[in-house]
Amino acid sequence: MHQHQAGGFGAELLFLVPAAAAVAAYWAGTLSSRSGAWPLYRAVLFTAGTGAVLATVLDPLATRSHEEFAVLGITHLLAGMLGPALLVLSRPVSLALRSLDVVPARRLSRALRSRPLRFLTFPVTAAVLNIGGMVLMFRTGLFTAMHESAPVHWLVTFHLFSAGYLYTASLVGRDPMPHRAGFRLRAAALILSAAAHNILAKTLYADPPPGVPAADGQSGALILYYGGGVVEIALIFLLCRQWYMSARPQRSPVCV
Amino acid sequence: MFHQLLQWHHFYDKSTTAVGLFSDGLFHAFGWFAVVAGLFLFADLRRRAVLLPARWTGAVLLGTGAFQLYDGTVQHKLMELHQIRYNVPLLPYDLLWNLSAAAMILAGAVLLYRTRDAEPAGSRAGA
Repeated sequence: MHQHQAGGFGAELLFLVPAAAAVAAYWAGTLSSRSGAWPLYRAVLFTAGTGAVLATVLDPLATRSHEEFAVLGITHLLAGMLGPALLVLSRPVSLALRSLDVVPARRLSRALRSRPLRFLTFPVTAAVLNIGGMVLMFRTGLFTAMHESAPVHWLVTFHLFSAGYLYTASLVGRDPMPHRAGFRLRAAALILSAAAHNILAKTLYADPPPGVPAADGQSGALILYYGGGVVEIALIFLLCRQWYMSARPQRSPVCV
Repeated sequence: MFHQLLQWHHFYDKSTTAVGLFSDGLFHAFGWFAVVAGLFLFADLRRRAVLLPARWTGAVLLGTGAFQLYDGTVQHKLMELHQIRYNVPLLPYDLLWNLSAAAMILAGAVLLYRTRDAEPAGSRAGA
């Protein structure tokens, strides 16, 4: 079984660099006068979200997640659901657009409107990337590979995090997204992917991945199912709240 | 209640457990969405001051009762998707289920009928 270097001086510490840089940049933007009265709580959300994802590739979580399926469940939730949700809620793109200089801001704006990004942030695409990735991770040889090879683990974590971010952003993100899908499509995508996610968690309970003892598999699956359920309900709440905010009394209510 | 807490049955028990899991997954996801969306719809009615509590209650009773009756007859008996509970005599469960459904439909219908001409306080403004 692969071990991340004992003592914690592994290559993972390199991830501290981009993570710290991102957090520093965010705080700089928040405190800068250009961003207007950017709420401090968003900076806290961004920091927490970055921390959540980072914690999953550092020890002790990293090593323990290879040894215990239950801990893998926790890191999966942190990197793939909670981390992305916190980051999306902190609206980093809006902050960037406000605090960057004109030229980089325009470039960012153009990038947001680009075809590849439109494709990636379409709820259906994002949902498929997420669920598909999870099926691959838990149900194919990728599971063993990521435990045995640190780079594979990092790649999988990167995919998990970015797919999670794109998915959450496409559904409930408040950053600018001129081509955002309609409410009904987002609701359908959320319901179907939540169903698929729950079904996968239940099958993991009944049939854990290779090399995982039954009791450990069950604890992990329970964590995935219920932890995932909490985040799903939060997403449903946020989505419905957006509808509620936009359906002002002067107009007739939008049909759900 | 019956699927998750008591775990008496899945949505679709006629086939393998796999199919039962699948149908439960969909049902569960859709159900939670309906709960949250319904609460926001309720909040929307309230902020427009067009909520008629008696009428709302009537509608909830009618809807719940109708679904329960449909479930108890069509789904349990006609399509035989699942029973209320297994390894027990079915008749008392079925009777209780369907009779309480009928009672809810009746209560709901009565409430809706009695409020059929009612107008909410805020409906004149900005409609």
